[in-house]
Amino acid sequence: MTDKIFQRPQSLKDVAFHYCPGCHHGIIHRLVAEVIDELGAGDKAIGIAPVGCSVLAYEYFNCDMFEAAHGRAPAVATGVKRVHPDALVFTYQGDGDLAAIGCAEIVHAAARGEKITTIFVNNAIYGMTGGQMAPTSLLGQVTNTSPYGRKEDGAGLPIRVSEMLATLDGTKFIARVAVNNPANMAKAKLAIKKAFEIQLKGEGFAMVEVLSTCPTNWGMTPLASSDWLETNMIPYYPLGTFKTPEGVLK
Amino acid sequence: MPRPVFNEERCKGCALCTKACPKKIIAISNRFNSKGYRPASCTDEAKCIGCSLCAKTCPDIVIEIHK
Amino acid sequence: MTEKVLMKGNEAIGEAAIVAGCRHYFGYPITPQTELTEYMAKRMPQVDGIFVQAESEIAAINMVYGAAGAGARTMTSSSSPGISLKQEGISYIAGAELPCVIVNIMRGGPGLGGIQPGQGDYFQATKGGGHGDYRNIVLAPNSVQELVDITILSFDLADKYRNPVMLLGDGALGQMMEPVEFTPSSSVVKEKPWAAGGMRGRTQPNIINSLHLQPEELEKHNIHLQKKYAQIQENEIRYEELYTNDAELILVAYGITSRIARSAIEKARSEGIKVGMVRPISLWPFPAAPLAKLAVSAHAFLTVELSAGQMVEDVRLSVNGAKPVYFYGRTGGMMPNPKAIYEQIINVMSGKGGK
Repeated sequence: MTDKIFQRPQSLKDVAFHYCPGCHHGIIHRLVAEVIDELGAGDKAIGIAPVGCSVLAYEYFNCDMFEAAHGRAPAVATGVKRVHPDALVFTYQGDGDLAAIGCAEIVHAAARGEKITTIFVNNAIYGMTGGQMAPTSLLGQVTNTSPYGRKEDGAGLPIRVSEMLATLDGTKFIARVAVNNPANMAKAKLAIKKAFEIQLKGEGFAMVEVLSTCPTNWGMTPLASSDWLETNMIPYYPLGTFKTPEGVLK
Repeated sequence: MPRPVFNEERCKGCALCTKACPKKIIAISNRFNSKGYRPASCTDEAKCIGCSLCAKTCPDIVIEIHK
Repeated sequence: MTEKVLMKGNEAIGEAAIVAGCRHYFGYPITPQTELTEYMAKRMPQVDGIFVQAESEIAAINMVYGAAGAGARTMTSSSSPGISLKQEGISYIAGAELPCVIVNIMRGGPGLGGIQPGQGDYFQATKGGGHGDYRNIVLAPNSVQELVDITILSFDLADKYRNPVMLLGDGALGQMMEPVEFTPSSSVVKEKPWAAGGMRGRTQPNIINSLHLQPEELEKHNIHLQKKYAQIQENEIRYEELYTNDAELILVAYGITSRIARSAIEKARSEGIKVGMVRPISLWPFPAAPLAKLAVSAHAFLTVELSAGQMVEDVRLSVNGAKPVYFYGRTGGMMPNPKAIYEQIINVMSGKGGK
């Protein structure tokens, strides 16, 4: 019997991911699943998948899952959690899902202090539909719908969702992390665990924003994408904790 | 002796593991898997320290670390 | 409650939902149904239920999707413009085969329209409203008592068929007060082994989903849905006939309009005019058969609606060209009085004909 130091977590099915080579969704799925395993919460976990590249998340997590309409996962999660207050209800959303079409739903679920946990994957672009501008796309970033580079005049400036939600008194834990290197990954896992613990303790709404790469639509190799994230995204989207149950930090 | 075990059919050749390994013993191989990707593999198992950083960096859970 | 209580339509719906076992209501204020939302805000905590005022009608229908998928009896309510907002959510609910009740207290449209009663959402309710090949079960009460009885029935039908059920009311029914009694359903609430409330010992996860990317799978799913709708058409047609045995002219009307039509018919009958009415109670499935049958004996049909003519198309389909189908309607919240409908009856009977 081989002793394994590292293997697939129980809360992830043994199914190949459809994600592009080097896409961080795979890493983030695994971290979420590891945390669910470590918290012993697999039996009462209910995940809500978004519309976006991770629309098929319901095929990967080994727990009850919902597919939600674009942007509506926090509302779906509200309905689920109100029926099963003891369940561990989490949404997993991209930047179009959460920060564009779903902006009202996330703001209000957070403001109401819904006892759910949101994993917000921010890769500054719309992946599934082939690389259009996202609310979190950077100034000057070239995308399919900002072919001349995002201009402030006309497209405005990117939204810092974590900072924005941290101003809502109803939120209990807001953190921004990244998974583009092992050190960041370790901190990301701690934040995700904390966010789930906030729910399990019945404290309130928690969100972890995970900066991610999109090698395919950024037009770079996975390794180059990790560097681009470090150089370009982190200065605009600083990593750290913005809200704890004790209050706003920044 | 720890060593990485690769499920080559799941590897997409993204090479993230090659940079994560502190011992620099992971490289993209020359062969193809059935999906047309060149899988990563370990070039010198004797040097593996079992840190699991390759496995943790892999987005596709290709790598298990066996003791 | 077994004694009769004087209640406003909107509030009676709320109490009926609670009698039916609904403990999860998600809504948003909109005239002329806001009293229902407010009633639930007051009553739900009293019965250990959940009331959420959602941030929009879109959020509310998605909360219903979540609660329904988690296994609860759940309801939302709105009026015409808000129901438009819910259409995507309703399509998802139908595609994922979830039970729920959606109440539409119709007002004038299109757009922001008006706040007076209307029946301009018939197409939206019965022909889809949302995208894709699905059907809502659509029920149209015409009294506050029917609002109660049909609300309770709606929860049973929703569970029985795992389908959204729409209660199509209007601003007049929502606002009027009539004595009602609440009789709980005799049906046993169905078990929901498919619900996603956490695995809790189950070995396989339950997935609530309407996405089927493989065309073969999506077609298979659609065929399955169509079989279900065929079953509903077999079993759930509801209507009422009034003086149709010897009627030469058949009025077709539902909801508040049927009440006004009835007054007109009574007046005409007192003068010996052979007029009757078919009142559809289920708008989908539509009672085509009784209309087709009456098309043999009757001379003509007159459809009356608070719209520019929506149900009349289904009446024409049912009559299938056998006899003329006339139409009389008012829009904008203008409600005909019995005299106006009586005059239409006279017109048709004397050969001058409505539209």
